Amino acid sequence: MISTNKPSRLNKIVSYTLLLLLAFVILAPFFIGIWTSFLPTMEIAKGNFMSTDLSLNNYVSAFTKTPILRYLGNSLVVSVLTMAAQLVFCSMSAYAFVFLKFKYRNAIFVLFLITMMLPFEAEIIPNFTTVKNLGMLDHYSVLLIPFLTSAFGTFMLRQAFMQTPSELKEAADIEGLNHFQFYWNIVLPYNKVSLITLGAYSFLGAWNQYLWPMLTTFSNNSRLIQNGLRQLQSEETFNDWGMIQASAAIIVIPTILVLFIGQHYFKSGMNEGAVK
Amino acid sequence: MLKSTTPTVVGSETKAKTKHRTFSLNAKDKYYAVLFLGPSLLILSVFVFYPMLRTLYISMFLTNTLGKTTVFNGLGNYTDLLGSPEYIASLGSTLVYVFAVTVLTVGIGLLLANLASKRLPGIGIFRTLYSVTMGVSVSVAAIFWLFIFNPSTGFFALLSNMLGLPVLNWLTDPTMAMWAVIITTVWMNLGFTFLILLGAISAVPTTLYEAASIEGASERRQFFKITVPMISPTLFFVSTITLIEGFKSFGLIDLITKGGPTNSTNMLVYRIYKDAFYSGNYAQASSEAIILTVIIAFFTFLQFKFLEKRVNY
Repeated sequence: MISTNKPSRLNKIVSYTLLLLLAFVILAPFFIGIWTSFLPTMEIAKGNFMSTDLSLNNYVSAFTKTPILRYLGNSLVVSVLTMAAQLVFCSMSAYAFVFLKFKYRNAIFVLFLITMMLPFEAEIIPNFTTVKNLGMLDHYSVLLIPFLTSAFGTFMLRQAFMQTPSELKEAADIEGLNHFQFYWNIVLPYNKVSLITLGAYSFLGAWNQYLWPMLTTFSNNSRLIQNGLRQLQSEETFNDWGMIQASAAIIVIPTILVLFIGQHYFKSGMNEGAVK
Repeated sequence: MLKSTTPTVVGSETKAKTKHRTFSLNAKDKYYAVLFLGPSLLILSVFVFYPMLRTLYISMFLTNTLGKTTVFNGLGNYTDLLGSPEYIASLGSTLVYVFAVTVLTVGIGLLLANLASKRLPGIGIFRTLYSVTMGVSVSVAAIFWLFIFNPSTGFFALLSNMLGLPVLNWLTDPTMAMWAVIITTVWMNLGFTFLILLGAISAVPTTLYEAASIEGASERRQFFKITVPMISPTLFFVSTITLIEGFKSFGLIDLITKGGPTNSTNMLVYRIYKDAFYSGNYAQASSEAIILTVIIAFFTFLQFKFLEKRVNY
Protein backbone atom coordinates (compact mmCIF):
# COMPACT_ATOMS: atom_id res chain seq x y z
CA MET A 1 0.00 0.00 0.00
CA ILE A 2 1.29 3.42 -0.90
CA SER A 3 0.92 6.20 1.58
CA THR A 4 2.07 9.80 1.26
CA ASN A 5 3.30 9.74 4.82
CA LYS A 6 5.51 6.69 4.52
CA PRO A 7 6.73 6.46 0.93
CA SER A 8 8.06 3.07 -0.14
CA ARG A 9 11.70 2.67 -1.08
CA LEU A 10 11.08 2.67 -4.83
CA ASN A 11 8.81 5.65 -4.44
CA LYS A 12 11.58 7.47 -2.59
CA ILE A 13 14.13 6.79 -5.31
CA VAL A 14 11.73 8.01 -8.00
CA SER A 15 10.90 11.12 -5.97
CA TYR A 16 14.51 12.05 -5.30
CA THR A 17 15.47 11.51 -8.93
CA LEU A 18 12.67 13.77 -10.09
CA LEU A 19 13.44 16.36 -7.41
CA LEU A 20 17.11 16.49 -8.39
CA LEU A 21 16.40 16.57 -12.10
CA LEU A 22 13.95 19.46 -11.77
CA ALA A 23 16.26 21.36 -9.43
CA PHE A 24 18.99 20.97 -12.02
CA VAL A 25 16.80 22.30 -14.84
CA ILE A 26 15.62 25.29 -12.78
CA LEU A 27 19.10 26.17 -11.62
CA ALA A 28 20.83 25.57 -14.98
CA PRO A 29 20.51 29.20 -16.17
CA PHE A 30 22.21 30.34 -12.94
CA PHE A 31 25.02 27.80 -13.26
CA ILE A 32 25.62 28.69 -16.89
CA GLY A 33 25.50 32.42 -16.18
CA ILE A 34 27.75 32.30 -13.15
CA TRP A 35 30.21 29.88 -14.74
CA THR A 36 30.63 32.08 -17.82
CA SER A 37 31.07 35.14 -15.60
CA PHE A 38 34.45 33.67 -14.61
CA LEU A 39 35.54 32.94 -18.18
CA PRO A 40 37.40 35.34 -20.50
CA THR A 41 35.05 36.67 -23.19
CA MET A 42 37.40 35.39 -25.90
CA GLU A 43 36.94 31.82 -24.70
CA ILE A 44 33.15 32.25 -24.56
CA ALA A 45 33.14 33.64 -28.10
CA LYS A 46 35.06 30.60 -29.30
CA GLY A 47 32.50 28.36 -27.63
CA ASN A 48 35.25 27.06 -25.38
CA PHE A 49 32.97 26.46 -22.46
CA MET A 50 35.12 24.02 -20.58
CA SER A 51 38.05 26.42 -20.37
CA THR A 52 39.83 26.38 -17.02
CA ASP A 53 41.05 29.93 -17.46
CA LEU A 54 38.84 31.13 -14.59
CA SER A 55 39.32 34.55 -13.02
CA LEU A 56 37.53 37.47 -11.42
CA ASN A 57 38.57 39.81 -14.24
CA ASN A 58 35.01 40.21 -15.51
CA TYR A 59 33.91 41.35 -12.06
CA VAL A 60 36.77 43.81 -11.82
CA SER A 61 35.89 45.33 -15.18
CA ALA A 62 32.17 45.43 -14.35
CA PHE A 63 32.93 47.42 -11.20
CA THR A 64 35.62 49.67 -12.68
CA LYS A 65 34.54 50.23 -16.29
CA THR A 66 30.76 50.51 -15.87
CA PRO A 67 28.50 52.60 -13.61
CA ILE A 68 26.94 49.43 -12.17
CA LEU A 69 27.54 50.55 -8.58
CA ARG A 70 25.75 53.82 -9.27
CA TYR A 71 22.80 51.92 -10.80
CA LEU A 72 22.68 49.59 -7.82
CA GLY A 73 22.77 52.54 -5.42
CA ASN A 74 19.96 54.30 -7.32
CA SER A 75 17.80 51.18 -7.25
CA LEU A 76 18.46 50.62 -3.57
CA VAL A 77 17.54 54.20 -2.62
CA VAL A 78 14.41 54.25 -4.76
CA SER A 79 13.23 50.80 -3.60
CA VAL A 80 13.78 51.50 0.10
CA LEU A 81 12.03 54.88 -0.11
CA THR A 82 9.11 53.42 -2.09
CA MET A 83 8.74 50.66 0.48
CA ALA A 84 8.81 53.09 3.41
CA ALA A 85 6.31 55.44 1.77
CA GLN A 86 3.91 52.65 0.87
CA LEU A 87 4.04 51.23 4.39
CA VAL A 88 3.11 54.62 5.81
CA PHE A 89 0.49 55.78 3.30
CA CYS A 90 -1.16 52.40 2.66
CA SER A 91 -1.47 51.67 6.36
CA MET A 92 -2.91 55.16 6.96
CA SER A 93 -5.55 54.82 4.28
CA ALA A 94 -6.33 51.26 5.37
CA TYR A 95 -6.76 52.57 8.91
CA ALA A 96 -9.22 55.19 7.66
CA PHE A 97 -11.33 52.54 5.91
CA VAL A 98 -11.47 50.29 8.96
CA PHE A 99 -11.53 52.55 12.02
CA LEU A 100 -12.90 55.91 10.88
CA LYS A 101 -16.49 56.73 10.12
CA PHE A 102 -16.96 59.42 7.50
CA LYS A 103 -19.19 60.34 4.62
CA TYR A 104 -18.66 58.52 1.31
CA ARG A 105 -16.40 55.94 2.96
CA ASN A 106 -17.80 53.08 0.89
CA ALA A 107 -17.79 55.10 -2.31
CA ILE A 108 -14.13 55.98 -1.82
CA PHE A 109 -13.33 52.37 -1.04
CA VAL A 110 -14.96 51.26 -4.28
CA LEU A 111 -12.80 53.86 -6.03
CA PHE A 112 -9.72 52.16 -4.54
CA LEU A 113 -10.96 48.77 -5.74
CA ILE A 114 -11.45 50.15 -9.24
CA THR A 115 -7.89 51.48 -9.15
CA MET A 116 -6.65 47.92 -8.70
CA MET A 117 -8.23 47.02 -12.04
CA LEU A 118 -6.42 49.76 -13.96
CA PRO A 119 -2.98 48.79 -15.27
CA PHE A 120 -0.31 51.47 -14.84
CA GLU A 121 1.04 50.46 -18.26
CA ALA A 122 -2.12 51.85 -19.86
CA GLU A 123 -1.64 55.25 -18.24
CA ILE A 124 1.92 56.04 -19.22
CA ILE A 125 1.04 58.60 -21.89
CA PRO A 126 -0.69 61.23 -19.70
CA ASN A 127 1.60 60.37 -16.79
CA PHE A 128 4.62 61.10 -18.91
CA THR A 129 3.17 64.50 -19.82
CA THR A 130 2.40 65.19 -16.16
CA VAL A 131 5.91 64.48 -14.89
CA LYS A 132 7.43 66.36 -17.80
CA ASN A 133 5.33 69.42 -16.99
CA LEU A 134 6.27 69.14 -13.33
CA GLY A 135 9.94 69.09 -14.31
CA MET A 136 10.48 65.72 -12.66
CA LEU A 137 12.12 63.91 -15.60
CA ASP A 138 15.44 62.18 -14.93
CA HIS A 139 15.19 62.73 -11.21
CA TYR A 140 14.59 60.37 -8.27
CA SER A 141 11.23 62.05 -7.66
CA VAL A 142 9.82 60.74 -10.94
CA LEU A 143 10.53 57.19 -9.79
CA LEU A 144 9.08 57.79 -6.34
CA ILE A 145 6.11 60.14 -6.34
CA PRO A 146 3.71 58.11 -8.52
CA PHE A 147 4.35 55.09 -6.27
CA LEU A 148 4.10 56.62 -2.80
CA THR A 149 0.91 54.67 -2.22
CA SER A 150 -0.88 51.74 -3.80
CA ALA A 151 -4.47 50.64 -3.90
CA PHE A 152 -3.38 47.03 -3.62
CA GLY A 153 -1.39 47.73 -0.46
CA THR A 154 -4.30 49.61 1.05
CA PHE A 155 -6.66 46.78 0.22
CA MET A 156 -4.34 44.15 1.64
CA LEU A 157 -3.82 46.03 4.90
CA ARG A 158 -7.52 46.83 5.20
CA GLN A 159 -8.28 43.10 5.08
CA ALA A 160 -5.67 42.54 7.81
CA PHE A 161 -6.75 45.49 10.00
CA MET A 162 -10.34 44.23 9.90
CA GLN A 163 -9.15 41.19 11.85
CA THR A 164 -8.00 43.38 14.75
CA PRO A 165 -10.09 42.28 17.76
CA SER A 166 -12.78 44.84 18.58
CA GLU A 167 -11.84 44.62 22.28
CA LEU A 168 -8.59 46.39 21.42
CA LYS A 169 -10.48 49.30 19.92
CA GLU A 170 -12.85 49.44 22.88
CA ALA A 171 -9.96 49.31 25.29
CA ALA A 172 -8.19 52.09 23.40
CA ASP A 173 -11.30 54.25 23.52
CA ILE A 174 -11.55 53.70 27.26
CA GLU A 175 -7.91 54.57 27.70
CA GLY A 176 -8.59 57.71 25.72
CA LEU A 177 -6.12 57.05 22.93
CA ASN A 178 -6.63 59.26 19.93
CA HIS A 179 -6.55 57.81 16.43
CA PHE A 180 -2.87 58.53 15.92
CA GLN A 181 -1.95 56.75 19.13
CA PHE A 182 -4.21 53.78 18.40
CA TYR A 183 -2.85 53.52 14.85
CA TRP A 184 0.78 53.80 15.86
CA ASN A 185 0.89 51.95 19.19
CA ILE A 186 -1.62 49.19 18.61
CA VAL A 187 -2.78 48.63 15.03
CA LEU A 188 0.67 48.74 13.42
CA PRO A 189 2.44 46.42 15.91
CA TYR A 190 -0.51 44.05 15.89
CA ASN A 191 -0.32 43.70 12.09
CA LYS A 192 3.46 43.32 11.88
CA VAL A 193 3.31 40.26 9.64
CA SER A 194 1.08 41.92 7.04
CA LEU A 195 3.30 44.99 7.08
CA ILE A 196 6.40 42.88 6.47
CA THR A 197 4.62 41.17 3.58
CA LEU A 198 3.63 44.49 2.03
CA GLY A 199 7.15 45.80 2.61
CA ALA A 200 8.70 42.88 0.74
CA TYR A 201 6.12 43.19 -2.02
CA SER A 202 6.59 46.92 -2.55
CA PHE A 203 10.38 46.69 -2.37
CA LEU A 204 10.46 43.98 -5.04
CA GLY A 205 7.92 45.90 -7.12
CA ALA A 206 10.12 48.99 -7.15
CA TRP A 207 13.28 46.94 -7.73
CA ASN A 208 11.73 45.27 -10.78
CA GLN A 209 10.29 48.43 -12.36
CA TYR A 210 11.22 48.60 -15.99
CA LEU A 211 8.93 50.51 -18.35
CA TRP A 212 8.39 53.68 -16.32
CA PRO A 213 12.07 54.28 -15.39
CA MET A 214 13.03 53.55 -18.98
CA LEU A 215 10.72 56.35 -20.17
CA THR A 216 11.58 58.89 -17.50
CA THR A 217 15.31 58.58 -16.78
CA PHE A 218 18.12 59.21 -19.24
CA SER A 219 21.31 59.67 -17.27
CA ASN A 220 23.41 57.47 -15.03
CA ASN A 221 22.53 59.75 -12.10
CA SER A 222 19.02 58.36 -11.88
CA ARG A 223 19.06 55.23 -14.03
CA LEU A 224 17.98 52.10 -12.16
CA ILE A 225 19.72 48.77 -12.28
CA GLN A 226 17.22 46.98 -14.56
CA ASN A 227 17.56 49.62 -17.22
CA GLY A 228 21.24 50.02 -16.48
CA LEU A 229 21.89 46.39 -17.38
CA ARG A 230 20.07 46.89 -20.65
CA GLN A 231 22.20 49.96 -21.25
CA LEU A 232 25.41 47.99 -20.64
CA GLN A 233 24.25 45.25 -22.92
CA SER A 234 23.35 47.54 -25.80
CA GLU A 235 26.43 49.76 -25.45
CA GLU A 236 28.86 46.92 -26.00
CA THR A 237 29.76 46.90 -29.68
CA PHE A 238 30.81 43.31 -29.61
CA ASN A 239 29.02 41.57 -26.79
CA ASP A 240 31.39 41.29 -23.87
CA TRP A 241 29.51 38.31 -22.52
CA GLY A 242 31.89 37.66 -19.67
CA MET A 243 31.41 41.13 -18.21
CA ILE A 244 27.65 41.13 -18.85
CA GLN A 245 27.26 37.81 -17.03
CA ALA A 246 29.38 39.17 -14.19
CA SER A 247 27.09 42.22 -13.92
CA ALA A 248 24.04 39.95 -13.81
CA ALA A 249 25.69 37.84 -11.10
CA ILE A 250 26.55 40.95 -9.07
CA ILE A 251 22.86 41.84 -9.01
CA VAL A 252 21.34 38.42 -8.53
CA ILE A 253 23.57 37.04 -5.79
CA PRO A 254 22.67 39.62 -3.08
CA THR A 255 18.96 39.43 -4.01
CA ILE A 256 18.94 35.68 -3.60
CA LEU A 257 20.76 35.88 -0.28
CA VAL A 258 18.23 38.45 0.95
CA LEU A 259 15.43 36.21 -0.29
CA PHE A 260 16.74 33.18 1.61
CA ILE A 261 17.20 35.14 4.81
CA GLY A 262 13.82 36.81 4.27
CA GLN A 263 12.11 33.48 3.69
CA HIS A 264 13.48 32.15 6.94
CA TYR A 265 12.35 35.26 8.79
CA PHE A 266 9.02 35.27 6.98
CA LYS A 267 8.33 31.66 7.94
CA SER A 268 8.93 32.35 11.62
CA GLY A 269 6.79 35.46 11.27
CA MET A 270 3.97 33.37 9.86
CA ASN A 271 4.22 30.90 12.72
CA GLU A 272 4.13 33.75 15.20
CA GLY A 273 1.01 35.03 13.47
CA ALA A 274 -0.63 31.62 13.67
CA VAL A 275 0.04 31.25 17.39
CA LYS A 276 -1.38 34.68 18.07
CA MET B 1 4.06 44.02 23.04
CA LEU B 2 0.38 43.49 22.53
CA LYS B 3 -0.10 41.18 25.45
CA SER B 4 1.39 43.69 27.81
CA THR B 5 -0.70 46.57 26.46
CA THR B 6 -4.15 45.03 26.71
CA PRO B 7 -4.43 44.51 30.47
CA THR B 8 -3.17 48.00 31.39
CA VAL B 9 -5.61 49.55 28.95
CA VAL B 10 -8.54 47.62 30.36
CA GLY B 11 -7.32 48.26 33.90
CA SER B 12 -7.88 52.00 33.85
CA GLU B 13 -11.49 51.82 32.82
CA THR B 14 -14.04 54.43 33.92
CA LYS B 15 -17.51 54.38 32.53
CA ALA B 16 -18.24 58.10 32.36
CA LYS B 17 -15.01 58.67 30.49
CA THR B 18 -15.85 55.96 27.96
CA LYS B 19 -19.00 57.55 26.67
CA HIS B 20 -17.50 60.95 26.38
CA ARG B 21 -14.38 59.79 24.56
CA THR B 22 -16.20 57.59 22.07
CA PHE B 23 -18.46 60.46 21.18
CA SER B 24 -15.71 62.97 20.69
CA LEU B 25 -13.65 60.52 18.60
CA ASN B 26 -16.50 59.97 16.17
CA ALA B 27 -17.11 63.65 15.79
CA LYS B 28 -13.49 64.21 14.90
CA ASP B 29 -13.40 61.25 12.51
CA LYS B 30 -13.81 63.32 9.39
CA TYR B 31 -10.74 65.42 10.17
CA TYR B 32 -8.75 62.28 10.81
CA ALA B 33 -10.13 60.83 7.57
CA VAL B 34 -8.74 63.77 5.61
CA LEU B 35 -5.36 63.32 7.28
CA PHE B 36 -5.19 59.55 6.91
CA LEU B 37 -6.71 59.20 3.48
CA GLY B 38 -5.71 62.50 1.90
CA PRO B 39 -2.15 61.64 0.77
CA SER B 40 -3.17 58.36 -0.89
CA LEU B 41 -6.20 59.90 -2.53
CA LEU B 42 -4.11 62.76 -3.92
CA ILE B 43 -1.48 60.46 -5.44
CA LEU B 44 -4.08 58.12 -6.92
CA SER B 45 -6.03 61.04 -8.38
CA VAL B 46 -3.01 62.52 -10.11
CA PHE B 47 -1.36 59.30 -11.28
CA VAL B 48 -4.26 56.89 -11.75
CA PHE B 49 -7.70 58.49 -12.12
CA TYR B 50 -6.72 61.55 -14.11
CA PRO B 51 -4.49 59.66 -16.61
CA MET B 52 -7.17 57.01 -17.10
CA LEU B 53 -9.80 59.60 -17.98
CA ARG B 54 -7.30 61.54 -20.05
CA THR B 55 -6.34 58.38 -21.98
CA LEU B 56 -10.01 57.67 -22.64
CA TYR B 57 -10.45 61.26 -23.85
CA ILE B 58 -7.41 61.19 -26.15
CA SER B 59 -8.52 57.84 -27.56
CA MET B 60 -11.55 59.58 -29.07
CA PHE B 61 -9.56 62.25 -30.91
CA LEU B 62 -6.88 62.50 -33.51
CA THR B 63 -3.57 63.87 -32.22
CA ASN B 64 -0.60 65.71 -33.68
CA THR B 65 2.97 64.58 -33.08
CA LEU B 66 3.16 66.63 -29.88
CA GLY B 67 0.28 64.65 -28.44
CA LYS B 68 -2.20 67.56 -28.68
CA THR B 69 -5.72 66.54 -29.60
CA THR B 70 -6.89 67.94 -32.93
CA VAL B 71 -10.11 66.47 -34.38
CA PHE B 72 -12.83 64.52 -32.58
CA ASN B 73 -12.87 61.02 -34.00
CA GLY B 74 -15.49 59.27 -31.86
CA LEU B 75 -14.85 55.54 -31.85
CA GLY B 76 -12.89 55.87 -35.08
CA ASN B 77 -9.57 54.92 -33.49
CA TYR B 78 -11.11 51.77 -32.07
CA THR B 79 -12.73 50.67 -35.33
CA ASP B 80 -9.46 51.40 -37.14
CA LEU B 81 -7.56 49.25 -34.66
CA LEU B 82 -9.96 46.34 -34.71
CA GLY B 83 -9.94 46.46 -38.52
CA SER B 84 -6.17 46.49 -38.72
CA PRO B 85 -4.66 43.05 -39.40
CA GLU B 86 -1.49 44.17 -37.67
CA TYR B 87 -3.29 44.96 -34.42
CA ILE B 88 -5.32 41.76 -34.57
CA ALA B 89 -2.05 39.85 -35.06
CA SER B 90 -0.63 41.61 -32.03
CA LEU B 91 -3.71 40.73 -29.98
CA GLY B 92 -3.40 37.14 -31.24
CA SER B 93 0.26 36.79 -30.29
CA THR B 94 -0.50 38.26 -26.87
CA LEU B 95 -3.23 35.67 -26.35
CA VAL B 96 -0.92 32.82 -27.43
CA TYR B 97 1.79 34.11 -25.10
CA VAL B 98 -0.53 34.61 -22.13
CA PHE B 99 -2.19 31.24 -22.60
CA ALA B 100 1.11 29.34 -22.94
CA VAL B 101 2.70 31.17 -20.02
CA THR B 102 -0.28 30.56 -17.72
CA VAL B 103 -0.68 26.88 -18.56
CA LEU B 104 3.04 26.16 -18.28
CA THR B 105 3.61 28.23 -15.14
CA VAL B 106 0.70 26.75 -13.23
CA GLY B 107 1.27 23.24 -14.58
CA ILE B 108 4.97 23.08 -13.78
CA GLY B 109 4.43 24.98 -10.51
CA LEU B 110 1.88 22.40 -9.46
CA LEU B 111 4.20 19.53 -10.34
CA LEU B 112 7.02 21.10 -8.32
CA ALA B 113 4.78 21.94 -5.36
CA ASN B 114 3.32 18.43 -5.28
CA LEU B 115 6.78 16.86 -5.33
CA ALA B 116 8.13 19.23 -2.70
CA SER B 117 5.16 18.69 -0.40
CA LYS B 118 6.27 15.11 0.29
CA ARG B 119 7.71 14.46 3.69
CA LEU B 120 11.17 13.32 2.73
CA PRO B 121 14.44 14.01 4.48
CA GLY B 122 16.17 17.06 2.99
CA ILE B 123 13.02 18.30 1.26
CA GLY B 124 13.60 21.77 2.70
CA ILE B 125 16.62 22.22 0.42
CA PHE B 126 14.49 21.52 -2.65
CA ARG B 127 11.79 23.90 -1.46
CA THR B 128 14.38 26.66 -1.22
CA LEU B 129 15.94 25.82 -4.58
CA TYR B 130 12.58 25.76 -6.39
CA SER B 131 11.66 29.20 -5.10
CA VAL B 132 14.98 30.72 -6.15
CA THR B 133 13.72 32.46 -9.32
CA MET B 134 11.70 34.79 -7.09
CA GLY B 135 14.97 36.63 -6.54
CA VAL B 136 15.59 37.12 -10.25
CA SER B 137 14.67 40.41 -11.88
CA VAL B 138 13.71 40.91 -15.53
CA SER B 139 17.08 42.10 -16.73
CA VAL B 140 19.00 39.28 -15.05
CA ALA B 141 16.59 36.66 -16.40
CA ALA B 142 16.91 38.18 -19.86
CA ILE B 143 20.72 38.14 -19.74
CA PHE B 144 20.92 34.53 -18.54
CA TRP B 145 18.51 33.33 -21.21
CA LEU B 146 19.84 35.54 -24.01
CA PHE B 147 23.14 33.82 -23.54
CA ILE B 148 21.51 30.40 -23.62
CA PHE B 149 19.57 31.28 -26.80
CA ASN B 150 22.47 33.04 -28.54
CA PRO B 151 22.81 31.40 -31.98
CA SER B 152 26.61 31.56 -32.25
CA THR B 153 28.05 31.19 -28.77
CA GLY B 154 24.97 30.26 -26.76
CA PHE B 155 24.48 27.24 -24.60
CA PHE B 156 21.72 25.68 -26.74
CA ALA B 157 23.82 26.16 -29.87
CA LEU B 158 26.77 24.52 -28.16
CA LEU B 159 24.64 21.62 -26.98
CA SER B 160 23.16 21.12 -30.46
CA ASN B 161 26.62 21.12 -32.00
CA MET B 162 27.85 18.57 -29.48
CA LEU B 163 24.91 16.28 -30.16
CA GLY B 164 25.11 16.86 -33.91
CA LEU B 165 21.66 18.45 -34.03
CA PRO B 166 20.75 21.48 -36.17
CA VAL B 167 21.11 24.81 -34.32
CA LEU B 168 17.73 26.46 -33.83
CA ASN B 169 17.34 30.15 -34.61
CA TRP B 170 15.87 31.02 -31.25
CA LEU B 171 15.91 34.77 -31.69
CA THR B 172 15.57 35.23 -35.45
CA ASP B 173 12.73 32.83 -36.25
CA PRO B 174 9.30 34.34 -35.38
CA THR B 175 7.90 31.18 -33.76
CA MET B 176 11.08 30.37 -31.90
CA ALA B 177 11.39 33.95 -30.64
CA MET B 178 7.91 33.68 -29.16
CA TRP B 179 8.99 30.47 -27.41
CA ALA B 180 12.13 32.16 -26.16
CA VAL B 181 10.02 34.84 -24.46
CA ILE B 182 7.54 32.26 -23.14
CA ILE B 183 10.29 30.05 -21.66
CA THR B 184 12.01 32.98 -19.97
CA THR B 185 8.72 34.26 -18.51
CA VAL B 186 7.71 30.83 -17.20
CA TRP B 187 11.13 30.36 -15.62
CA MET B 188 10.85 33.74 -13.89
CA ASN B 189 7.29 33.05 -12.70
CA LEU B 190 8.01 29.60 -11.28
CA GLY B 191 9.46 30.62 -7.91
CA PHE B 192 6.45 32.64 -6.81
CA THR B 193 3.85 30.21 -8.19
CA PHE B 194 5.63 27.28 -6.59
CA LEU B 195 5.64 28.91 -3.15
CA ILE B 196 1.96 29.85 -3.27
CA LEU B 197 0.92 26.36 -4.43
CA LEU B 198 3.17 24.66 -1.89
CA GLY B 199 1.49 26.67 0.85
CA ALA B 200 -1.93 25.57 -0.38
CA ILE B 201 -0.97 21.89 -0.64
CA SER B 202 0.57 21.92 2.85
CA ALA B 203 -2.74 23.19 4.21
CA VAL B 204 -4.73 20.19 2.91
CA PRO B 205 -5.60 18.01 5.96
CA THR B 206 -3.40 14.89 5.99
CA THR B 207 -6.33 12.81 7.24
CA LEU B 208 -7.82 12.99 3.74
CA TYR B 209 -4.75 11.28 2.28
CA GLU B 210 -4.62 8.75 5.09
CA ALA B 211 -8.23 7.75 4.46
CA ALA B 212 -7.59 7.49 0.73
CA SER B 213 -4.50 5.34 1.29
CA ILE B 214 -6.45 2.95 3.47
CA GLU B 215 -8.92 2.54 0.64
CA GLY B 216 -6.02 1.80 -1.67
CA ALA B 217 -6.17 4.94 -3.83
CA SER B 218 -3.00 5.35 -5.90
CA GLU B 219 -0.87 8.45 -5.52
CA ARG B 220 -1.93 9.71 -8.93
CA ARG B 221 -5.57 9.26 -7.95
CA GLN B 222 -5.00 11.06 -4.65
CA PHE B 223 -3.41 13.94 -6.53
CA PHE B 224 -6.33 14.40 -8.91
CA LYS B 225 -9.14 13.54 -6.49
CA ILE B 226 -7.86 15.26 -3.33
CA THR B 227 -5.00 17.69 -3.93
CA VAL B 228 -6.28 19.42 -7.06
CA PRO B 229 -9.89 19.96 -5.87
CA MET B 230 -8.76 21.05 -2.40
CA ILE B 231 -6.40 23.70 -3.73
CA SER B 232 -8.62 24.81 -6.62
CA PRO B 233 -9.16 28.31 -5.15
CA THR B 234 -5.39 28.84 -5.03
CA LEU B 235 -5.03 27.41 -8.53
CA PHE B 236 -7.58 29.93 -9.71
CA PHE B 237 -5.78 32.72 -7.89
CA VAL B 238 -2.33 31.97 -9.34
CA SER B 239 -3.80 31.46 -12.81
CA THR B 240 -5.50 34.87 -12.89
CA ILE B 241 -2.42 36.60 -11.43
CA THR B 242 -0.21 34.95 -14.08
CA LEU B 243 -2.72 35.85 -16.78
CA ILE B 244 -2.92 39.50 -15.75
CA GLU B 245 0.86 39.84 -15.45
CA GLY B 246 1.16 38.17 -18.87
CA PHE B 247 -1.04 40.78 -20.52
CA LYS B 248 1.13 43.51 -18.96
CA SER B 249 4.46 41.99 -20.10
CA PHE B 250 6.95 44.53 -21.30
CA GLY B 251 10.43 44.19 -19.80
CA LEU B 252 11.33 40.74 -21.08
CA ILE B 253 10.04 41.53 -24.56
CA ASP B 254 12.06 44.72 -24.73
CA LEU B 255 15.16 42.89 -23.51
CA ILE B 256 14.90 39.68 -25.52
CA THR B 257 13.20 40.41 -28.85
CA LYS B 258 12.23 44.11 -28.98
CA GLY B 259 8.91 43.01 -30.40
CA GLY B 260 10.50 41.23 -33.34
CA PRO B 261 11.29 39.42 -35.49
CA THR B 262 8.67 40.75 -37.94
CA ASN B 263 6.44 41.88 -35.08
CA SER B 264 5.92 38.29 -33.90
CA THR B 265 6.36 39.30 -30.24
CA ASN B 266 4.99 42.83 -30.55
CA MET B 267 2.48 42.41 -27.74
CA LEU B 268 -0.06 44.85 -26.34
CA VAL B 269 2.04 46.93 -23.93
CA TYR B 270 5.04 46.95 -26.24
CA ARG B 271 2.82 48.29 -29.02
CA ILE B 272 1.47 51.06 -26.81
CA TYR B 273 5.02 52.11 -25.99
CA LYS B 274 6.16 51.98 -29.62
CA ASP B 275 3.10 53.74 -31.07
CA ALA B 276 3.23 56.52 -28.50
CA PHE B 277 6.91 57.15 -27.92
CA TYR B 278 8.42 56.08 -31.25
CA SER B 279 5.74 56.87 -33.83
CA GLY B 280 4.13 59.73 -31.89
CA ASN B 281 0.69 58.31 -32.62
CA TYR B 282 -0.78 59.15 -29.21
CA ALA B 283 -4.42 58.73 -30.21
CA GLN B 284 -3.92 55.20 -31.46
CA ALA B 285 -1.74 54.28 -28.49
CA SER B 286 -4.42 55.61 -26.15
CA SER B 287 -7.09 53.44 -27.76
CA GLU B 288 -4.76 50.47 -27.38
CA ALA B 289 -4.29 51.40 -23.72
CA ILE B 290 -8.06 51.45 -23.18
CA ILE B 291 -8.45 48.04 -24.82
CA LEU B 292 -5.70 46.69 -22.54
CA THR B 293 -7.46 48.22 -19.54
CA VAL B 294 -10.74 46.56 -20.45
CA ILE B 295 -9.05 43.15 -20.73
CA ILE B 296 -7.22 43.51 -17.43
CA ALA B 297 -10.22 44.98 -15.61
CA PHE B 298 -12.28 42.00 -16.75
CA PHE B 299 -9.87 39.43 -15.29
CA THR B 300 -9.29 41.42 -12.11
CA PHE B 301 -13.04 41.71 -11.62
CA LEU B 302 -13.39 37.97 -12.10
CA GLN B 303 -10.81 37.46 -9.40
CA PHE B 304 -12.53 39.85 -6.98
CA LYS B 305 -15.85 38.08 -7.50
CA PHE B 306 -14.24 34.76 -6.85
CA LEU B 307 -12.36 35.90 -3.75
CA GLU B 308 -15.54 37.47 -2.40
CA LYS B 309 -17.36 34.17 -2.80
CA ARG B 310 -14.54 32.38 -1.08
CA VAL B 311 -14.60 34.75 1.88
CA ASN B 312 -18.35 34.33 2.34
CA TYR B 313 -17.95 30.61 2.04
